[in-house]
Amino acid sequence: MDLLRDALVWLFSAEQFQGDGSLPQRIAEHLGYTSVAVVVAIVLALPLGYFIGHTGKGHVWIVGITGGARALPSFGLILLLVLVLGVSQRQSAAILALVLLAIPPLLAGAYAGVAQIPRSVIDSARSQGMTEAQILFQVEIPLSLPLVMGGLRGAVLQVVATATLVAYVGLGGLGYDIIQGIPLRRFDQTLGAAIVVALLALVLDAAVAGASRWATPRGVLLGSFGDVRARDSSLARTR
Amino acid sequence: MKSLRKTTGLTGLALASALVFTGCAADSGSAETVVVGSQAYYSNEIIAEIYAQALEGAGYTVERQFQIGQRDAYLPELESGAVDLFPEYTGNLLQFYAPDAQATKADDVYAALESALPEGMTALAMSSATDQDSYNVTAEFAAANALESIGDLAALEGLVLGGNPELEERPYGPDGLLETYGVTVSFSGTGDVTVDALVAGELSVANVYSGDPRIAEYGLVTLADPEGLFLASNVVPIASGDWAIELASVIDPISAALTSEGLVALNLQSTKDQLSAAVIAATWLEANGF
Amino acid sequence: MDWILANSPMIGQLTLDHVRLSIIPILVGFIVATPLGWVAHRWKWSRGILLGVVGLLYTIPSLALFMILPPLLGLSVLSEANVLIALSLYAVAIMVRSAADAFSSIEPRALRAATAVGYGEWGRFFAVELPLAGPVLLAGIRVVAVSTVSLVTVGVLVGVSSLGYFFTDGFQRRIVPEVLAGVVMTFLVALFFDGLLVLAGRWIMPWASLATADRGRVT
Repeated sequence: MDLLRDALVWLFSAEQFQGDGSLPQRIAEHLGYTSVAVVVAIVLALPLGYFIGHTGKGHVWIVGITGGARALPSFGLILLLVLVLGVSQRQSAAILALVLLAIPPLLAGAYAGVAQIPRSVIDSARSQGMTEAQILFQVEIPLSLPLVMGGLRGAVLQVVATATLVAYVGLGGLGYDIIQGIPLRRFDQTLGAAIVVALLALVLDAAVAGASRWATPRGVLLGSFGDVRARDSSLARTR
Repeated sequence: MKSLRKTTGLTGLALASALVFTGCAADSGSAETVVVGSQAYYSNEIIAEIYAQALEGAGYTVERQFQIGQRDAYLPELESGAVDLFPEYTGNLLQFYAPDAQATKADDVYAALESALPEGMTALAMSSATDQDSYNVTAEFAAANALESIGDLAALEGLVLGGNPELEERPYGPDGLLETYGVTVSFSGTGDVTVDALVAGELSVANVYSGDPRIAEYGLVTLADPEGLFLASNVVPIASGDWAIELASVIDPISAALTSEGLVALNLQSTKDQLSAAVIAATWLEANGF
Repeated sequence: MDWILANSPMIGQLTLDHVRLSIIPILVGFIVATPLGWVAHRWKWSRGILLGVVGLLYTIPSLALFMILPPLLGLSVLSEANVLIALSLYAVAIMVRSAADAFSSIEPRALRAATAVGYGEWGRFFAVELPLAGPVLLAGIRVVAVSTVSLVTVGVLVGVSSLGYFFTDGFQRRIVPEVLAGVVMTFLVALFFDGLLVLAGRWIMPWASLATADRGRVT
């Protein structure tokens, strides 16, 4: 418990908030990598997931791909991409690795979100005369929001956690203080930085959860049940 | 119930195999075995492998525990005797035990280290081979600014120093540069990409280990350190407990035969030729008549 | 390619180490989380607390957890036990949610029928509830397995050697095949565990593959 007290002392000491390498700077770096990676992943994964969900094409390999991509070790992926793309491109390489990690949950969320809509709903929309585009935007996307938001939560969590490791290739972020503290035997520093990372992850997770509740139409919210993030594990099932 | 028995059987099998695996891993060597460890640094692993093969040649059974990440992890093992022999570096190790140590010359550092080591750990004879922190600049930068020693940097502005993240807090880091040489730098914790960042122009000056073959490969200029900012860091085998005297007879000749240039050549075989530590060690031992 | 051929013994050895390190958290995850999930399902008031605590745990990044645990548990940061405990906690965190959902997904009529036939509480759990929850439990443990195998690699930063060694050593020495070998082997180990679990599932629950054929119908 002394260590915890030392860690909190380290955390709140004045020098953490000034100058180069300050905590706010590290937090900003961390948030920067996370947001860029998640936005790029959304742009790539959601349209693809909706396309596969709406048309049904490619639905066999999507389950395999998303399940398989979860099996890629994120740490190794970062190092591999930095080596391949070159050290001067390491920022792009790290973000690429983070994007690759964020795509599967988003892809799975979009696909499953559409797939779980009862066919009768789609059929009645079609029989009312809605065009394919109208069905997609006015029926499928709203009804799929709970699962898509669940996927977004998973993606954000995954990226925030992995962004801790980009400090290993000299990119800053909150992992920097953790990695620096070990050889210096400054365990108050490593613990303090670890606490900040954990808190940041919690705050982001709560923020995404809140945002998803706000964005989901009320009717859809009423119809869904339970903790939709729990549904993610069911997507690992193959038929 | 058939499925219930299957479930129990499967769980039992899994549990049993898990126990067997962990049991195997926890098994440590017998009294006749020498346990040799190494850091998570490929160069250190080569030296450790040389020790290991030399000992095997002398008739000992050797157990290797390589790539132990941090001093905090393996030094307690050395102290307790779980690891018997470990290649270390005099200056860096001295700084670990005595952060305020004033010694900088090789012999002074060795003497200070001997007294700083805890009970149960002995430093064998050190080698002339060094692998220490050094400040390097690119050849172009050195030529453009007529740089020969660290002090020559004092005239320049906007310098960026790169190295492992912990360099920021080391006495020979930015603070030491200012105090000893009047050089002001900002710091970038580039870790394992330091040399590439220096070559790419992101850094003005970088801390590169003197044993790194890339200094020669990229034509980097190592700045002279007349004021003794860096502690001399020679390769020194650290032995645990009673092993020290026995092992010295085998290891001392090795330490004597190892040179700085030789070490760089060994490292080059690892990075450029991508040979494994075992192959490099075997070749070196043969070439040096062991 | 030459590097891979020349170093295949070490690749094999570290793969075995990696498998060994992965097994314990996966097992602990299953053994600890299944009862916890059942508690969350059975006593609804506990569901919020359990899932909340577990959700909190899951949000902590792995490197951070490796640092937070030792002062709490009196372990060395750089010990295998530290990594194993951290990974077990993650496994439990992922699995409790799956387990709670698994038990909630069982048709209440089936449970009532079991009671009507004469099963006691324990007998009903092992003979009826557990098998019926099986498919969802299996899905959960597959996610746990894959996630654990990937996280073991981060242990190399705190001195616990596994296939992650190829990442840092290969990076230091700039040997791309080495890092690639590490990534590919980790991926294969994850697939291996996943495949093993699928086979185990088919063996223990032969009825499950028949049931999923029906799930296609909605109306």
